Amino acid sequence: MEQQQQLQRSSSGSPSPRSQSSQPYLSVSVTEPVKLGNGVQAYISYRVITKTNLPEYQGHEKIVIRRYSDFVWLRDRLFHKFKGVFIPPLPEKSAVEKFRFSAEFIETRRQGLDIFVNRIASHQELQSTEDLRNFLQADEETMERLRSQETGIFKTKPADLMQFFKDAQSKVSDIVLGKEKPVEESNLEYEKLKHYIFELENHLAEVQNHAYRLVKRHRELGQSLSDFSKAVKLLGACEGDALGKAFSELGTKSEALSVKLQKEAHLLLMNFEEPLKDYVRAVQSIKATIAERANVFRHQCELAETMKLKEINLDKLMLTRSYKMGEAEHEYKEAMENEEATRGFETIVRLMNEEIVRFQEQKTLDMGIAFHEFAKGQARLANSIADAWRSLLPKLEACSTQ
Amino acid sequence: MMGSDNNQSFQDEKEEMESLTLDDPLTATANSNYMSFADYRSAASSLSSAHHHNHPFSPADSDPLLSPPPPPYSATESGSYIEPPAYADVVFSPFDESSVNEINGVDRNHSLNRSSSSDSSQSFSISRSLSTASNSSSDFMKITVSNPQKEQDTATSLVPGSNTYVTYLITTRTNLPDFDRPEYSVRRRFRDVVTLSDRLAESYRGFCIPPRPDKNVVESQVMQKQEFVEQRRVELEKYLRRLVAHPVIKKSDELKVFLSVQGKLPLATSTDVASRMLDGAVNLPKQLFGESVAVAPSEVVQPAKGGRDLLRIFKELKQSVANDWGGVKPAVVEEDKEFLENKERIQDLEQQLSNASQQAEGLVKAQQDMGETMGELGLAFIKLTKFENEEAVFNSQRVRAADMKNVATAAVKASRFYRELNAQTVKHLDTLHEYLGLMLSVHGAFSDRSSALLTVQTLLSELSSLHSRAEKLEAASSKIFGGDKSRIRKIDELKETIRATEDAKSVAIREYERIKENNRSELERLDKERHADFLNMLKGFVLNQVGYAEKIANVWAKVTEETSVYVKESS
Repeated sequence: MEQQQQLQRSSSGSPSPRSQSSQPYLSVSVTEPVKLGNGVQAYISYRVITKTNLPEYQGHEKIVIRRYSDFVWLRDRLFHKFKGVFIPPLPEKSAVEKFRFSAEFIETRRQGLDIFVNRIASHQELQSTEDLRNFLQADEETMERLRSQETGIFKTKPADLMQFFKDAQSKVSDIVLGKEKPVEESNLEYEKLKHYIFELENHLAEVQNHAYRLVKRHRELGQSLSDFSKAVKLLGACEGDALGKAFSELGTKSEALSVKLQKEAHLLLMNFEEPLKDYVRAVQSIKATIAERANVFRHQCELAETMKLKEINLDKLMLTRSYKMGEAEHEYKEAMENEEATRGFETIVRLMNEEIVRFQEQKTLDMGIAFHEFAKGQARLANSIADAWRSLLPKLEACSTQ
Repeated sequence: MMGSDNNQSFQDEKEEMESLTLDDPLTATANSNYMSFADYRSAASSLSSAHHHNHPFSPADSDPLLSPPPPPYSATESGSYIEPPAYADVVFSPFDESSVNEINGVDRNHSLNRSSSSDSSQSFSISRSLSTASNSSSDFMKITVSNPQKEQDTATSLVPGSNTYVTYLITTRTNLPDFDRPEYSVRRRFRDVVTLSDRLAESYRGFCIPPRPDKNVVESQVMQKQEFVEQRRVELEKYLRRLVAHPVIKKSDELKVFLSVQGKLPLATSTDVASRMLDGAVNLPKQLFGESVAVAPSEVVQPAKGGRDLLRIFKELKQSVANDWGGVKPAVVEEDKEFLENKERIQDLEQQLSNASQQAEGLVKAQQDMGETMGELGLAFIKLTKFENEEAVFNSQRVRAADMKNVATAAVKASRFYRELNAQTVKHLDTLHEYLGLMLSVHGAFSDRSSALLTVQTLLSELSSLHSRAEKLEAASSKIFGGDKSRIRKIDELKETIRATEDAKSVAIREYERIKENNRSELERLDKERHADFLNMLKGFVLNQVGYAEKIANVWAKVTEETSVYVKESS
């Protein structure tokens, strides 16, 4: 656990190979966002730096250039391969903001991508997958090839298509036969978990919204202090004498505080609002896993049905020693193999149980840090404000005794 | 002048009271002038029993922080009390945690919001009365406007229910010797206030007379609506308090009559323009066709505009046109360079005040929003905390819920502080707004001067034209041997007119000089008072910010400490 945390935290810095040569480590940095291309086709590329001493990797350090769609590819592959695992969430796609490419958007995206990769790298189940290795090491041509292989094919494999039709068919027949209810697990604990996850998303979304507005309020207060400072300075110029000086000092302090507020607004965004957004995304990722589990469960049920039917058929054929027996046996074996594959459902259940524990613990830690940064920032801001105004008091006293 | 001297004396008084009640070991500089309202009141009562004699007023030039302050008031009047300036209840010794609860209690009781402008008027007029408190330091005059009631003008209303109007109860408490009794209560309607204002404008030309509330040209239905009546009540109170805060006007007879005479207001109402014009129109033919009637000297002390002498109005209008377009400069011109500079300065000041007042409003809004959003964030966290606790399966959830609760509580506290901070900020920065309103009175003073000057100029050019007519007549008559009886008679009449006009001219010039002097002294007083009030506003504003920033910082410092565990863990 500690090692995981260590790996998780070292997102920007990385332990030097020599100091950690005994301990296996894998640390990744997503850095240096660069805007490439023009107009609608513009995108941002990132430098992904991998430092590791794991034997599966080529050398201690590897630098590759990646773009957002590469990260999406990695996420999708992991999602389909590791059902049951809560895949770390990606920062939003945001087709609109992309065009504006504001410095803030770029920075929050970079931070999000960095956290994403490092979480994968420190996840027991996910860290040793070949997909991750490809992502971290393949040259851009290979990466592009891998990416294009997936889009279109991965999403709609022929087998999947067949399955889709079969599902539709069985649904229709179920309804016709009066078996309208979809097949679902009847696990009470799991039901509670699902309910919890769905409710949690609502609460978190509300909190995140207020955090977003709070950032805005900081910016607005900063702006109003700046405007106020200008007006006050002009008034001071008009009044002159001691009072004029006092106004001028007031204006100067206001302006300084306005700058502090803008800074704090940015920090609030990065260290408080972003972690909350990340939390929301993580919950959404869990929801996707829940949906996937439901799919798998349904599959399993249907296969079990099919198995039964085939078994009955085979027995029948064995009794009548029909020539069709060979074919039926073959089919039966196939069905058995499928069933083996779907024993994966139990794996999913097991994984999810482990994941939820890990998730709750991780979130307590993440939130703890976010709360700390939030409180620290607010205290720092309030102290700056107090200090700035306090320094004005002796000057004001001096003015009134003149 | 009255301004800063009395500020200092009052601050002296407060400092002494503070030393009596607060066991605060902190530096005097920061909190010498401000203490909580509760402290003040308790100090006030303890002091009035402790001291039974008037100390002489300490010299204005002594440092208020060093010299021993005199006691605030004598115990002669039993029911006396001085209202503390609003910024005093701003608080606190900013560094004193123990006064936190006191302050919170006080602030809630004050229930301040922007709409209760009587509080802000109180703040302004009190600080003004601060600047204008007389030397004996026990002079005071407090006005309250209350109890609006509908009344009917039975004399003129044919239909019952028509011609109703609202009267207000005006209570005056004073210890000024000019008043026979310490307390007066009269009922007045808005029309009476207009009369008072008009009479004052006539009597105090050149002074910066506080502007009266606007007449509203709205239908009578609106006039009687609760909101409108309340708004007007507030404005009337503000207006009257400003009047008594003016060192010269507070002694006026008109004001005294207004405040003390029961029943119908015995001040002559100013006639409306139409009837004035009518009167004037009656006289005009006499003036034009009869002998030139000189302007009576007594009339010269009032501006031509709005008067009944149409001819005079025309003459002065002609003069002002001549001033603007004529090639020759009038005999007397505004030469006072200082005045012209001041005029420009005042114009500039007005603009900057308006701008600053606007930005102050923006600042207040931003603070308000910050507090609101912080509160909403806190509440949302509380909901989430409850949820996590209810649904908790793992201990990590409970830990997280506990952390969240700390943050939520802090956010809610901080939100409350922001809102309190803002309520005070509003009061302080309202001073800007108040002085902006006072600029109107300066315009009035300046226009008194211009119209007086115009009268002088008109008379001068009239004189010169009379003289030249007389010369012409004399030249013509001298050509006729033995004299021309009719012409000689005309010349004599003309000479009479000239003499009368000369008298009028002297009066007009005297009036002009008087008004100029009033202008000068008023500007000086205004500048001094404004400087003092603005300085106090700044101090109050800054102290307020410091105090609340510290409170907010403390709240968050606690949470920072409580969550520091997470930072250590991950490093």
